[in-house]
Amino acid sequence: MSILLSDISKNFGAFTALNHINLEVPEGELVALLGPSGCGKTTLLRIIAGLEHTDKGRVLINGDDKTDQNVSQRGIGFVFQHYALFRHMTVFENVAFGLRVKPKRDRPSNEIITKKVHALLDLVQLDWLHNRYPDQLSGGQRQRIALARALAVEPSVLLLDEPFGALDASVRKDLRQWLRNLHHELNVTSIFVTHDQEEAMEVASQVVVLNHGQIEQQGSPSDIYDHPANAFVSRFIGQTNVFDLDEHDADWLQTAGLLNPTQEGKIAHVRPHDIIIEKSDANHAAPATLKDWQHLGALIRLELVKNGSNGSTAPVFAEMPNDQFKQLELARGDKINLKIRQAHWFH
Amino acid sequence: MSQSSVMPGFRPTIGFTLFYLGLVVLIPLSTLVFKSFELNWDDYVHIITSKRVLSSFRVSFTTALIAASIASVFGFITAWVLVRYSFFGKNIFHALIDLPFALPTAVAGIVLATIFQPSGFLGKLLMDNFGIQIAFKPAGIVVALIFISIPFVVRTVEPVLLEFETTMEEAGSSLGASRLQVFTKIIFPNIFPALLTGFALAFARGVGEYGSVIFIAGNIPYVSEIVPLLIVIKLEQFDIKGATAIALTMLVISFLLLLLINLLQLWVRKRSGQL
Repeated sequence: MSILLSDISKNFGAFTALNHINLEVPEGELVALLGPSGCGKTTLLRIIAGLEHTDKGRVLINGDDKTDQNVSQRGIGFVFQHYALFRHMTVFENVAFGLRVKPKRDRPSNEIITKKVHALLDLVQLDWLHNRYPDQLSGGQRQRIALARALAVEPSVLLLDEPFGALDASVRKDLRQWLRNLHHELNVTSIFVTHDQEEAMEVASQVVVLNHGQIEQQGSPSDIYDHPANAFVSRFIGQTNVFDLDEHDADWLQTAGLLNPTQEGKIAHVRPHDIIIEKSDANHAAPATLKDWQHLGALIRLELVKNGSNGSTAPVFAEMPNDQFKQLELARGDKINLKIRQAHWFH
Repeated sequence: MSQSSVMPGFRPTIGFTLFYLGLVVLIPLSTLVFKSFELNWDDYVHIITSKRVLSSFRVSFTTALIAASIASVFGFITAWVLVRYSFFGKNIFHALIDLPFALPTAVAGIVLATIFQPSGFLGKLLMDNFGIQIAFKPAGIVVALIFISIPFVVRTVEPVLLEFETTMEEAGSSLGASRLQVFTKIIFPNIFPALLTGFALAFARGVGEYGSVIFIAGNIPYVSEIVPLLIVIKLEQFDIKGATAIALTMLVISFLLLLLINLLQLWVRKRSGQL
C-alpha cells in the first residue's frame, strides 16, 4: 500500500528532529531512509508506525488518514534494530503472537495459526528453530525471526529500523540480498532506515536522503549517485574529492584538465573513479605525486599529493581497477599526470 | 571449576564462604537441632500439637502469606511507578521506600499501633465508617508485616523492570496487542521471577518478624499470638525444651517453604527460556 506523508514536523524540546517533511512512497517499493545519525530518519519511521506522535502533519497509508491511530490499529509491521523478540516465548510463540492477540472474532483457529507460523518460519528458512528461545539464536537468526513475526499479521506496510545495524559484516551482506529477494517475492511496501549508504544503494529501489530533519533528495540509487542534488548528498553517497575555487584550487584543476566553468559553481566534487591517471615523464611539471596506495579488492585507491599548488593541501583520492594499476607499474613517489573526466559543481 | 574461572582465588573465597556459613548459620542452627535431641519424640509431639502452639503457627504463616501477597502487589506497583515515570520528589520517594529497612521495627510497631488502635487516627476512621478494627487483631499483624516487607519486593522488582526492554512492548503493540495484552503477555511474564523472589523475601521476613508485630497484635493467645512471641514466652518461663521444639519446627517449615518457592522460581525461569 502507498504511504503519503504531508508536512510532518517534530520537535524534541528545542531540537528540531523533523522539519516539514513531505514524502510519497508508491505501492510495492522498497525505500531506504538514509542519513547520518541524528538526522531524524528513525523518528520519521516511528511516526509512520505510530510509535511516536507528530507535532504537525498527517500520515496517510493507502489514502487513509492514520495520524491519530494507535500503533496497534495501524496494521503495520515493525522490525526493531535490536530485534525486540519476546524473551520468554519460543520462536514459534513469538511469530504466533500477532495472531493470538487478535480479538476473538478475527482470531484464526489454532490449526491455522500453527500452519501459518510454520509457513512463515519456512519463508525465513528457520523452521527447524521453532521451539528455541530467542536467547539461543544468533543475531542474524533473531532478525529473521523478527521479520517473520512482523509478517505474520499481514501488514500493509513493513517498516524496518536499521535492520542490519547490529549484525557483523558478512551476515549483513547475506541478509541484504535475502531481504531484496523477499521483498521481490512478497511485494509489500517497505521502508527501512539506514546510515550505511552502501546498504541503501544495494537494497533499496528508492533512496531518500535525510539531513537535519529535512529531505535532501529522493530518487533511485543511480539517480542519486549520478546526479546528487547538493553538496551534502554528493559527499554522503560514495567518496568524493572536494575542490574549492575560493581556496585557489582553480589553477591546479585547470592543469588536471578541468576547465573552470565558474557560472556552474565554486565547489567541484570529483568521484575518485573520474580521475584518470598516467605516469608522467616530465618530472617537474607533473600536477601530482603518488604518496601511497591501498588495495580495496577489485579496486586500488591512490592517495595523491598536489604539486605546485597554492590551494588546499588535502590529498586527492583516485581509484582504478587492479589490473590497470599493475600495468602502470607505479611506485610511491612517482610523478603523476591526471585528467578529471567530470565533476559536480555546487555553490 | 577452579581452572575454568576467570576470577582468581577460588580456594580462599570458597573457604571464606564455608567459614562464614558455618560460623553464622550452621553452628547456631545445629545447636538448635542438638538441643532438641534432649527431647524425646512424645514430648516433642505433645508440645507441638498443643492448641496454643498450633494456633500461633496458623497465625504466623497465614498473616505472613497474606502480607507477602499484598506487599507483592503494592510493591510491584511502587517499583513500576519509580521506574517508569518521572515526577517531582522522586528521590525523596526513593529514600522513603528504604526507611522500613533502617527503622527499628519496634518503632514501626508502636507507631502503627498508635494510629490503628480504635481511638487512633486511622483506627477511629475505619471503626466509625466500616466497623473494622485493625489493631490487636490478626489484621494488625498483616498491616505491620506489609509495612516492613514492601521494600523487599520493590528492591527486587525494580532492577528487573529497569532492565526490561521497552521495545518489546512496542513490538507487542505493533503486532496489534492492546495495552492490557502487552502487560499480561509481555511485561508480567518477564517480571514474574523477580516478583516471586520479592514475595519469598517478604514472606520469610514476615514469618520471622517480631518487633513490629508484638505492639500491634494484641498478642491474644489462640487469636493473634505469633510463633516468635510464643518462643520468647516459653523462654521467659524457663521452658527451654518447649522453646526449642517450636523453634525447630519453625525452622523446618520455613526452610521447606523457601525451598518450594525456589523450585517454583526455577520452573518459571526454565519455562520462559531464562535458563
